[in-house]
Amino acid sequence: MREVKAETIINVVAEMCEEANLYLGDDVVNALQKALEREESPTGKEVLRQLLENLEIARNEKIPVCQDTGFAVFFVEWGKDAYLAGEGSLEDAINAGVRKGYTEGYLRKSIVKDPLNRVNTGDNTPAVVYTSIVPGDKVKIIFAPKGGGSENMSAVKMLKPSDGVEGVVDFVVNHVKASGANPCPPIVVGVAIGGTFDKVAVLAKKALLRPLGQPNPDPFYADLEQKILKKINDLGIGPQGFGGRVTALAVHIETYPAHIASMPAAVNINCHVARHVERVI
Amino acid sequence: MEIKRLSAPLSDNDVLQLKAGDNVLISGVIYTARDAAHKKMAELIKAGQPLPIDLKGQIIYYVGPTPAKPGQAIGSAGPTTSGRMDAYTPLILEHGLKACIGKGFRNAAVKEALQKFKGVYLAAVGGAGALLSKRVLKSEVVAYPELGAEAIYRLEVKDFPATVINDAYGNDLYEEGVKAYAR
Repeated sequence: MREVKAETIINVVAEMCEEANLYLGDDVVNALQKALEREESPTGKEVLRQLLENLEIARNEKIPVCQDTGFAVFFVEWGKDAYLAGEGSLEDAINAGVRKGYTEGYLRKSIVKDPLNRVNTGDNTPAVVYTSIVPGDKVKIIFAPKGGGSENMSAVKMLKPSDGVEGVVDFVVNHVKASGANPCPPIVVGVAIGGTFDKVAVLAKKALLRPLGQPNPDPFYADLEQKILKKINDLGIGPQGFGGRVTALAVHIETYPAHIASMPAAVNINCHVARHVERVI
Repeated sequence: MEIKRLSAPLSDNDVLQLKAGDNVLISGVIYTARDAAHKKMAELIKAGQPLPIDLKGQIIYYVGPTPAKPGQAIGSAGPTTSGRMDAYTPLILEHGLKACIGKGFRNAAVKEALQKFKGVYLAAVGGAGALLSKRVLKSEVVAYPELGAEAIYRLEVKDFPATVINDAYGNDLYEEGVKAYAR
């Protein structure tokens, strides 16, 4: 068994909090540059220029890309031949890392302790953590801080099997249309189909972790991603909803086997600040 | 692209020359407020009590910045979703507010109040928090410090970029812009 110290998790998580909020990946920068080439609306072009300049300023001056530094969402793949040394659970270690990262990194604390009485926890904890046990002795941590504005524009629908592929397309496109300017377009659209009510929602979030524009490995779903992307961009919402050609930078679809009676679908929207970082310990 | 310069606070005349789709650069003093501060101000108005700031001619920016590092005027400071303030905005406009800056749709009651009280709704680029922070020269808390990022701040801004979404004539860029590019 390989020992992984809680302290290591805490320090790595704290570093990831700052990294994800200051530096966006090349996949996002490339997607925004391509969008600028493709956009026809003058106001839309100006928005895209501001977004690219914003990424430069964030990187050079270490200012968070967006003031909403998000709910701290983690996907952990824990190698079964590794064990966590030290006090407390894995979630305790991750929360300690978030506390350290958000405080020392001057990131915004956006979490309230109770959804109804709404008093801020003061340190952006607790995180949302999904863990799977995998072969090996390595620990892979993916961190994807999620902003509230785009998260609010997300939905699950329990479609009927007879709704078919058209049902999924209509659900996603109509949902993006109704969201309009609210989730800060250009957006990334995470779609999931199959599983249960809960599984489909998590998978839609996982779809957002894929590098922007990397297609689903199944050609059928890769085609469907492009078909939905075209329909979304034909809505005319454009950058920030001011009208234009580029409403979405990418559509990513994930699937899971479904019950004979069910065809759940979920759409989880991310703004253009598509933050996700990965570390292997 | 034509850009109009605005000096805050605003007069009725400033507001009436603006049309949906105009790009503006704002300089001067503006105030921040979001969900919790709006709720508190609406409660004070309803109770007939004085507000912590004089709203006459003012611009309110819907923002909850990241904490400023030493030496910075403000942290990352992009707009938050405006629709959450819809319940309070007509009342705030009635008490003298001339403009608000955020992002996303407003409801019918807000659009009506903008026409009735001669106001405009502007959008800043959501997710451009680092860029927008550079246009803020100074920030200080003027009310509700206990709300942290949600407190009311007085900001001195220079060339703060925004786009007119809803003007005082009932026009809506979100509707018109989408119509122009939908196919």
